[in-house]
Amino acid sequence: MKYFPHTQEDIEQMLAAAGLKSMDDLYAEIPEQLLFNREFALPEAMSEIEIRKFMDALGKKNSQLVCFAGAGVEDHYSPSIINPIISRGEFLTAYTPYQPEISQGTLQYIFEYQSMICELTGMDVTNASMYDGCTATAEAVMMCVAAAKKRNKVLVSATMNPKVKRVVETYSKYNGVVIETVAEKDGVTDLADLQNKLAGDDVAGVLLAQPNFYGIVEDYSGVAAMCHEKKALMVMNANPSTLAVLKTPAEWGADIACGDGQSLGIPMNYGGPYVGYLACTNSLVRKLPGRIVGSTTDVDGKRAFVLTLQAREQHIRREKANSNICSNQSLMALYVTIYMSLMGHKGLKEVNKRSYAGAHYLAEKLVATGKCSMAFDKPFLNEFAVKTSVCPKTIQAALLEKGILGGVRIADDMLLFCVTEQRTKAEIDLLVETIQNI
Amino acid sequence: MIRNYDKLIFELSKEGRVGYSLPKKEIDGYCMCCGLPDNLKRETTPELPEVTEFDVVRHYTNLSNKNFGVDTGFYPLGSCTMKYNPRINEEMAAHPAFTQLHPSLPVECAQGALEVYYNLAESLAEISGLAAFTLNPYAGAHGELAGLMIMRQYHMQRGDLKRTKVIVPDSAHGTNPASAAVCGLEIVEVKSTANGTVDVEDLKPLLDDTIAGIMMTNPNTLGIFETEIPEISRLVHECGGLLYYDGANLNAVLGKCRPGDMGFDIMHINLHKTFSTPHGGGGPGDGPVGVRAGLEQYLPNPQVKKDADGKFYLECDEKSSGYVSNFLGNFGVIMRAYTYILTLGRENVKMVGPLAVLNANYVKEALKGDYYLPIEGVCKHEFVFDGLVDKSTGVTTLDIAKRLLDYGYHAPTIYFPLLFHQSIMIEPTETESKETLDEFIAVMKKVAREAAENPDVVKSAPHSTPVRRLDETTAARFPKTTYKQMKG
Amino acid sequence: MSKILEGLYYAESHEFVKIEGEYGYVGITDYAQHELGNVVYVDMPEVDDEVEAGEDFGAVESVKAASDLISPVSGTVVEVNEALNDSPELVNADPYANWIIKVQLSDASEAEKLMDAAAYKAFLGE
Repeated sequence: MKYFPHTQEDIEQMLAAAGLKSMDDLYAEIPEQLLFNREFALPEAMSEIEIRKFMDALGKKNSQLVCFAGAGVEDHYSPSIINPIISRGEFLTAYTPYQPEISQGTLQYIFEYQSMICELTGMDVTNASMYDGCTATAEAVMMCVAAAKKRNKVLVSATMNPKVKRVVETYSKYNGVVIETVAEKDGVTDLADLQNKLAGDDVAGVLLAQPNFYGIVEDYSGVAAMCHEKKALMVMNANPSTLAVLKTPAEWGADIACGDGQSLGIPMNYGGPYVGYLACTNSLVRKLPGRIVGSTTDVDGKRAFVLTLQAREQHIRREKANSNICSNQSLMALYVTIYMSLMGHKGLKEVNKRSYAGAHYLAEKLVATGKCSMAFDKPFLNEFAVKTSVCPKTIQAALLEKGILGGVRIADDMLLFCVTEQRTKAEIDLLVETIQNI
Repeated sequence: MIRNYDKLIFELSKEGRVGYSLPKKEIDGYCMCCGLPDNLKRETTPELPEVTEFDVVRHYTNLSNKNFGVDTGFYPLGSCTMKYNPRINEEMAAHPAFTQLHPSLPVECAQGALEVYYNLAESLAEISGLAAFTLNPYAGAHGELAGLMIMRQYHMQRGDLKRTKVIVPDSAHGTNPASAAVCGLEIVEVKSTANGTVDVEDLKPLLDDTIAGIMMTNPNTLGIFETEIPEISRLVHECGGLLYYDGANLNAVLGKCRPGDMGFDIMHINLHKTFSTPHGGGGPGDGPVGVRAGLEQYLPNPQVKKDADGKFYLECDEKSSGYVSNFLGNFGVIMRAYTYILTLGRENVKMVGPLAVLNANYVKEALKGDYYLPIEGVCKHEFVFDGLVDKSTGVTTLDIAKRLLDYGYHAPTIYFPLLFHQSIMIEPTETESKETLDEFIAVMKKVAREAAENPDVVKSAPHSTPVRRLDETTAARFPKTTYKQMKG
Repeated sequence: MSKILEGLYYAESHEFVKIEGEYGYVGITDYAQHELGNVVYVDMPEVDDEVEAGEDFGAVESVKAASDLISPVSGTVVEVNEALNDSPELVNADPYANWIIKVQLSDASEAEKLMDAAAYKAFLGE
């Protein structure tokens, strides 16, 4: 077996050195009835040749479609140089950077990641990343409750992506946080309802989405003041790619920003791995869960980076820690750091411009088919919802035949389409033509 | 390689440089700048670097040279199972037939991916002796949380609402109590005996109808097998609680005995430890959670099922503990772990634990004359020294760890478990050869000699690393966590 | 040897309280700051928070450790030592001068259950 270096001679010498007679002696203390004695019901070992063929065959059972689906996961361009860099063994096979003297590579890219996330969100400080956008948002909700001390209610806008909301609800159910939904009106958060629900002076935080689940860029003017007047924190779940052009969570007055970094060039990968980001104002840094990297110097005065503020974390605080997280999504943080370095603010802006143009072109053409109408008359960027006069399932089935993943069905008469910089005019035209012909 | 490369990517930036290319614009007449209302646009430009593609390649390649990984050297880090990360796993994870799948795809378009998920879950169930697995949790700690949610949901669904406490051994990983707290459980600590195992006599009085369950790892964090596990299982089950298995140490018994057979009801597995997926500098991992028969309905949603015709589908169970992730976990990591199991096959899986244990005992026996071994006897995959035998030198565990860096080794896990003051926890894993272990043993002995003969060189180590010991106090007192803050 | 001041009251968890009329100044002892090492952060309650004898009211953090602060007395927090926000190292420099919270005592007799300087000295075995 190529992963086991032990020759028979090695085994004998090593057993002898350890004062043992046989391999069974290594488990001699284990009660007989606990030992596993039969063959595993697993396949026989495969060579690389066989594995490649096996996986190729499985891969053929997946359909490769032109993607117009979004709803939190978008088909963006991934630059070619990212994979070769993150595949370097020095990055790929390193552990958590607990020994900073030999982990400056990891520590520095996390520092760069933190710097870039703060640039995009406008927030003061972020951690070294979370598992995904859903769990980052759940942690943001727990931060609100921890910061408020005596309040345990958090309001969530109905325009939040339901995939995020259900994870928030799961964490909250066990953690003792009460979640209440703020109604939506015409596709956006109903601010009158928000005001009413804040009136009880018992709300720890308010969770909002930008762009929201329908792709709408919401106008949150005055919301921060509304929250802060009632001593509630404002949390914004924002798509980081769009923050190159949209008003930042900080500019809206949010206390916490969170979301999924998948839109920063990470392949869709059937749901993961992605990277969650979680950022906040300086005053909340002690409530921020997870790892944080800071800059410092070594004994020779050389600039260096190190995990800092560790006394908040589980390996020291145990049950009193802010969170149980004891890792970050490090390699994926490197992924988006390289992506942001390559794209710069111009590239990100260009990505948004292309997506905007494609999405608005598609929207106009869809409406022109007479089979779709805009679900809401609100500004959007790269994603929008349409009401369909034909059953959405029929539309999606027709598109599937043309090799197109035709959006995400979000209601019995509603489809959500997302257009990224990867979609060509020909692909959009084919989509429109297919629907036209139904 | 540039020895003293110390630039940040921001410091390479020069206005006007670009590192991307995009196709020619095809669609005109839809201008974002005029279409989007001004009050929705950001007021400032984000200060991202302006660099070329080549700048980026060279920068990160230079940074990688300041990193230590399993690929570059021996990593005896206790409780972390730093085994070899095979490259075929990476190749399969990057397979283009899997990487471009959107999670909203109709299931009939993702049968291959769902089959990988289903098969890995089935394999893990067989290996661990449990009935069903979810692969949705993203990491070990996330698996613990998902597992404890299942434990709570089980009690809640039975209307047994007073079970709000969970028993955790004092030697447990810090995540155990932290996960329990996030799950809304109160922690009750059970003491260890002198040989580091759970003290059954201390456990008995803790068991009553407020106990939701107990969290254990077996072998425990000292690398000692809990031989009284059948008795502990009987006692906890009799009081109505469930047994949770922290799979962090599964590598020790892989192929030799199974948590399900020990009496555990729920467990998590760290794919990035036992199943060879890379740690990636801290993630992504994946933390599958398994349950015994009768608890399947409480697994997190969505669940991957197979129908009578062999077609795979997604199901959301109303009794489920809920949703813990975006979709089906870190699918890319699932691809890697499945590839590893296919590579090992049934004939080799059973050798993983024994060879890992052999390696640990070989190192332990060779070093116990120089380093103080508080618990004698055959260990499992790892063992713990309590500093040097000769304490008179003033050389601490931290010093030893730092000196090892000079010799090209990663440090062992230090100051954990908390049962000893100078813990040095060593786990060699099964993929290290006798020659590698012999060299490591020689260096550990050399460091012990240096501690006696020339303690200052150990106390001021490391000397030959890219940076030396850091000022962590200033970093924590005045945190500078972004380039902007650093510039002041 | 740790510095121990006469006239203060000490708890087994190494907090002190200095009683002045109806108020008590609570901080950590010289022994505690020495054991903890360089203090990097003091987590303090807010003014008007209630504290109870034997319950924690905050924490002191060093780089790699954190220690809960257990109040030796009950009452209402009337002042927190704001200087520690910017200069946590003051706790190391002089823990007795740099108290952490000022409490309006609800039960002055609680101090009698604490150790005096001599008893604390004996407790430390010094």
